[in-house]
Amino acid sequence: MKYSFLSAVAGVAVAAGLGATAASAATLDDVKAKGFVQCGVSTGLAGFSAPDDAGDWKGIDVDLCRGVAAAIFDDASAVKYSPLSAKERFTALQSGEIDILSRNTTWTMSRDTELGLNFAGVNYYDGQGFMVRKSLGVNSALQLSGASVCVQTGTTTELNLTDYFKANNMTYNPVVFEKLEEVNAAYDSNRCDVYTTDQSGLYAIRLGLSAPDDHVVLPEVISKEPLGPVVRQGDDQWFSIVKWVHFAMINAEELGVTSENVDEMMDSENPNIMRLLGKEGTFGEAVGLENDWAYQVIKNVGNYGEVFEANVGESTPLGIARGLNALWTNGGLQYAPPVR
Amino acid sequence: MAHTDGVADGTEDSGRASLIYDPKVRGVFFQAILIIVVAYLVYSGISNAAGNLARAGIASGFDFFGERAGFEIGQTLVHYTNDSTYFRAFLVGLLNTLMVSALGILFATIIGFIVGLARLSRNYLIRKLATVYVETLRNIPLLLQLLFWYKAVLAVLPNPRETGLEQGTTVLWTLNNRGLYIPRLIPEAGASAILVAAIIAIALWVVIGMWAGKRQMRTGQQFPTFLTGLAILVGLPLLTFFLTGMPFDVEFSALQGFNMSGGTVIRPEFIALLLGLSLYTASFIAEIVRAGILAVAKGQTEAAYALGLSPNHTSRLVIIPQAMRVIIPPLTSQYLNLTKNSSLAVAIGYPDLVAVFGGTVLNQTGQAVEVITITMLVYLTISLLTSAFMNWFNSRVALVER
Repeated sequence: MKYSFLSAVAGVAVAAGLGATAASAATLDDVKAKGFVQCGVSTGLAGFSAPDDAGDWKGIDVDLCRGVAAAIFDDASAVKYSPLSAKERFTALQSGEIDILSRNTTWTMSRDTELGLNFAGVNYYDGQGFMVRKSLGVNSALQLSGASVCVQTGTTTELNLTDYFKANNMTYNPVVFEKLEEVNAAYDSNRCDVYTTDQSGLYAIRLGLSAPDDHVVLPEVISKEPLGPVVRQGDDQWFSIVKWVHFAMINAEELGVTSENVDEMMDSENPNIMRLLGKEGTFGEAVGLENDWAYQVIKNVGNYGEVFEANVGESTPLGIARGLNALWTNGGLQYAPPVR
Repeated sequence: MAHTDGVADGTEDSGRASLIYDPKVRGVFFQAILIIVVAYLVYSGISNAAGNLARAGIASGFDFFGERAGFEIGQTLVHYTNDSTYFRAFLVGLLNTLMVSALGILFATIIGFIVGLARLSRNYLIRKLATVYVETLRNIPLLLQLLFWYKAVLAVLPNPRETGLEQGTTVLWTLNNRGLYIPRLIPEAGASAILVAAIIAIALWVVIGMWAGKRQMRTGQQFPTFLTGLAILVGLPLLTFFLTGMPFDVEFSALQGFNMSGGTVIRPEFIALLLGLSLYTASFIAEIVRAGILAVAKGQTEAAYALGLSPNHTSRLVIIPQAMRVIIPPLTSQYLNLTKNSSLAVAIGYPDLVAVFGGTVLNQTGQAVEVITITMLVYLTISLLTSAFMNWFNSRVALVER
């Protein structure tokens, strides 16, 4: 009796002790001390974050983490990955288990304000869509009333779906799973008529189905889904680093600096390029990095356009056009504040 | 030591030891200190967590319960729409958990008893089949069994559009990969009278049982209580049903567009979960039942035969009541296991408490501490209530020493 009582006390003491260590401020110092960036990614979404056949993580979300690692360590491979389900991702970031959440996460107001998180930018402008079997003969989402819809839990997708069907006076039956693979399997086995998630995700998932050509992504985009990296609130330095690694990649594309020509560009006389690559000013030191931080990002990872083309662009199986993700100079939305 | 074994040491008054050496006082003192320490640790743990949440800018509190949920749930036992509150969503998840647990316990008990008795059968084939059942099902992880039922058995059923049904034609029942569709009874005015009739019938059954028991004690004459009770239970509501003019409307299901519409649907996620939980737990219950029966000494059977009891009476009046004393405590554990295992529903998309509340609601509100605490408390409460009921039942059948 007394023994069990004592062990209960010990348990509570341990729990309280753990609580006290949470929420430390200087993420950059922690990262430098441990020697790598802990990056929260998806459990496998082709083009965004998925392991390739050699087991290396690839994707535009992965490249953002690699960019941060390159800025800090001059080594894009100093990253460790934590595959997270949609449900686990915020808790993992809040508890300090990961340093960056770069997992096709939609920036919404409540996530930005109520969860103790900060969104560091938008590395992919997406929108929610629907995928159906061609054999259904459906060519608009407005014909989907009464359908069974497969959806992943813990996403804005679940809410957008409800709103869309409600606004159009349609009914549906949700089939909700926690893991992406489970949703894929359920849709593939015809448990549902419709698969809904972000359109980029639909294209990626379609490739993994048993017969990709039997499925079609419907034209409707029913929501705004700005996807981007997330960090904890309360560490402005770390927030700035992640934000500016992303901006540096966009600025590099805009200025025509690529991983191929960045060494030649070091001799450029263009003051914008000189500031970006650290030849002029001390922009890197202001956020606790070396002055050549952006050079390392571009050299090791590439500019935004290169990353996009290599992971999701027209030359990849996904074949996604730049569209909204083109630079602002080309009619898209990708726009970065200047390095100045 | 002044005192040993709590026996007074003979020297009266003169050697009255100080309170420090009184084992009773010391015991109370140390227990009190321990309680204070524990209370302090719990308090500091909670305030630490609250402080950290506030510092990290994470919302806390239980206000979210009143907010609009904004998502749909696949299976709802109470009225629920996306305009309902998070509390309603919590309720839906809780009821889904309770339903699958209650039905799982019922089926697991029935199957378990049958298989347990079959393992003791004198028939070689029945005995071996029961052994194979037990050894197969209890040695495969439950999660795999659930995935087997869901993905290998139910997912390969045809799509509703491939079952050869005509659009808009109603059917009595149909099974496809969207579920089992059966007619739905829609109660009209007067339907509640049937429920009242059923309750009266059960009460009558109890009264007849008590009367028959007393009469048997007095005169030794037996009365067919079971058959009479069953007749009343079936007859009285049936009579009411016709007297009130059949106050039910029947709705059949029909293929409409993509899916079946109308009728009652039992979804494949539910069927898979119920099958998995029942069959898995039944294999353990079967062993418990077998152990319980074997624990009754053979002499009891022989004595009963010697008194001239029929084999039927022997097992009903002599073996089973004694076996129950051995069976009930481990049976309780199995019931608790089944209830807790129902949270594996999340793997096959059944909207139970963990999936709806610990999954979707947690993610929409981001209030992990509150949501997980409530979820744990709910499971604790269900388990404690089950335990309390089974302990009460156990004390009913326990050996009463006279």
